[in-house]
Amino acid sequence: MNRESLRIVIVGHVDHGKSTLIGRLFYDTGSLPPEKMREIERISEDLGHDTELAFLMDHLQEERDQGITIDTAQTFFKTATRDYVIIDAPGHRQFLKNMITGASQAEAALLVVDAEEGVREQTRRHAYLLSLLGLRQLVVAVNKMDTVEFSESRFREVTEELAAFLSGIASASTYMVPISARRGDNVARRSQDLPWYEGPTILEALDRFQPVEPQLRPFRFPVQGIYPRDGTEIVAGRVESGMVRSGDELLVLPSGVRTTVTGVHEFLATPTVLEPGQSGGITVSIAKPARGDMLVALENPPTARTSIPATVFWMSRQPLSLTEPLTFRCTTQEVPCRVARIRRRLDSSTLTVIDEDADTLADTEVAELELETGRPVVVEEHAFLPELGRFVLERGYDVVAGGIVTSLPA
Amino acid sequence: MDRLSAQESKSIYIIREAYARFPKLAILWSIGKDSTTMLWMCRKAFYGEIPFPVIHIDTGYKFPEMYEFRDRYAKEWGLNLIIGRNEEAIAGGMGPTVGTKLTCCTELKTNALKQLLAGMDLQAIILGIRRDEHGIRAKERYFSPRDEQFQWDYKNQPPELWDQYKSTSEDGTHLRIHPLLHMTELEIWEYVQRERIPISPLYFARNGKRFRSLGCVPCCAPVDSTAATVDDIVTELRTTKVAERSGRAQDKEDAYTMQKLRALGYM
Ligand SMILES: Nc1nc2c(ncn2[C@@H]2O[C@H](COP(=O)(O)OP(=O)(O)O)[C@@H](O)[C@H]2O)c(=O)[nH]1
Repeated sequence: MNRESLRIVIVGHVDHGKSTLIGRLFYDTGSLPPEKMREIERISEDLGHDTELAFLMDHLQEERDQGITIDTAQTFFKTATRDYVIIDAPGHRQFLKNMITGASQAEAALLVVDAEEGVREQTRRHAYLLSLLGLRQLVVAVNKMDTVEFSESRFREVTEELAAFLSGIASASTYMVPISARRGDNVARRSQDLPWYEGPTILEALDRFQPVEPQLRPFRFPVQGIYPRDGTEIVAGRVESGMVRSGDELLVLPSGVRTTVTGVHEFLATPTVLEPGQSGGITVSIAKPARGDMLVALENPPTARTSIPATVFWMSRQPLSLTEPLTFRCTTQEVPCRVARIRRRLDSSTLTVIDEDADTLADTEVAELELETGRPVVVEEHAFLPELGRFVLERGYDVVAGGIVTSLPA
Repeated sequence: MDRLSAQESKSIYIIREAYARFPKLAILWSIGKDSTTMLWMCRKAFYGEIPFPVIHIDTGYKFPEMYEFRDRYAKEWGLNLIIGRNEEAIAGGMGPTVGTKLTCCTELKTNALKQLLAGMDLQAIILGIRRDEHGIRAKERYFSPRDEQFQWDYKNQPPELWDQYKSTSEDGTHLRIHPLLHMTELEIWEYVQRERIPISPLYFARNGKRFRSLGCVPCCAPVDSTAATVDDIVTELRTTKVAERSGRAQDKEDAYTMQKLRALGYM
């Protein structure tokens, strides 16, 4: 019981075969209700096609848009190893914020590229943003191999072109798989027509990935709220890394006050420890923390700071103007901020530098910049602790950018 | 951490974020398994004292077992229960056979909620919907804005990155907050099993039938099943391929297959 599950986001340039591949994954893993499968087979036959899986997905898509029932199994498929949750991300440029929303929830990604058309604008942008967002497990499906005579050299050309955009993702956890989603080659079963390829199929590659586990780094506990109960004040929050026990000494940031954990609390239970990833509560001596504070272990505590080097992607039609007032949000911290300096401004689909020392940033662009917050905040480098190394920027009511913390000065 | 604990932790995080951001907050309790599970999580999130009102939208057509269950646990759990009814429509005889099912749902549920929201001046409401339950819900966000007309602009939703949820709403809008969005029907039951959460008896099979989803008496049909306990239901769901809401009449509008077939040249 309690089977493992993994969330994967499927991205790629429009028409490169995302829907067909999703349909194929459901079909070949037997995750479709039998009635639906028979219906698709019958229709395809009547239309004189091979079983057309893109039609299946388009049909589901339409159902979704119209608000009509689709069956439970259809956003989930199973292999012998685990359950998969599919996050379908739109391929159009104007839906980039939806793609980013999807990718930020995923533990692994599947990037679809058309072998004939090759790498296109959204392929490059998606590849780059996946690595920027910190996704470390990726399958690149070079699709429609049937249209390029299953050519190995064409496959190499496409994968080499992509490599530059995937620099952030370790090659050890990247699989490049030649497939035909329409025919099912190398999706669930190995293809006879691709004998030169010795790597895993799509499903085998996915099954090798690991769920993203909360970190076993030093204790970090952003405070969500203080709940007075039975004469004590429970400090509620989620453990972003590390563990905590009664008796542990902690530091409250940004104030720097030292405190001792007097109890670990759960409703109707008496736990002795809070684990990484757990939403829980503790009581502490002396200090009175508030929402937005961070409780941390004494060894190597982070520094509360007001200047943050970051890489940011802009997601608003209205461009950024340097120094305009924004809000910085990271964990439960929320403080006024502004962009003090834009070192480099990049086109996210080509990675070419548009501008150095820029004073603006437009929709879909990426920048290496310096943030200045109105009050000290506690962050970590994204590579060290993603939970404390990623943030959003708000303008008024709206999230206009996402970002990650790059190298912090000691 | 195991999967159920991780799912619970995420839900509790969202519930606490909602409470921190919106002083004028309430939770909707349909008496079904999902919202009852969510109430349970709220009790865990806030150490037994749910710090906001619990709303039940009563159409007057619910099962007697549901009213009994509601009143029993409202008392046992010390809930601040508020019952919303569109009294005018009920007095006017609204029912599923009066107009269409759609108008009945709109009047007795949506409009009852609208009236209540306006009266209580709420900024946000917590709902127990899940992504796997219904197609359109696959596109939902955790914090989802609705305008004055309750419209959901699902083609132009705000981005929602990591655990940063929309914090404020513009005048006239309110936010719907969905702490169970990431859970599946099976996970809900596994969680009910693990936590021993009390659930309405209507879900358990009697005479070869049980309800998989609860609504109003006239529009809600039981499915064939012999699952008479939580353990049985967990076993049943691990193998079934029948959709959860297959017993819900308002979902039975399956005209699109033919439309699509015709477009493709099918007779
Ligand atoms: N020849 C061939 N065509 C494919 C393959 N996969 C998808 N297609 C076709 O490519 C078109 C676009 O596919 P679709 O899945 O809708 O792309 P999406 O926009 O990425 O979802 C459709 O006409 C598919 O039938 C494949 O492996 N081989």
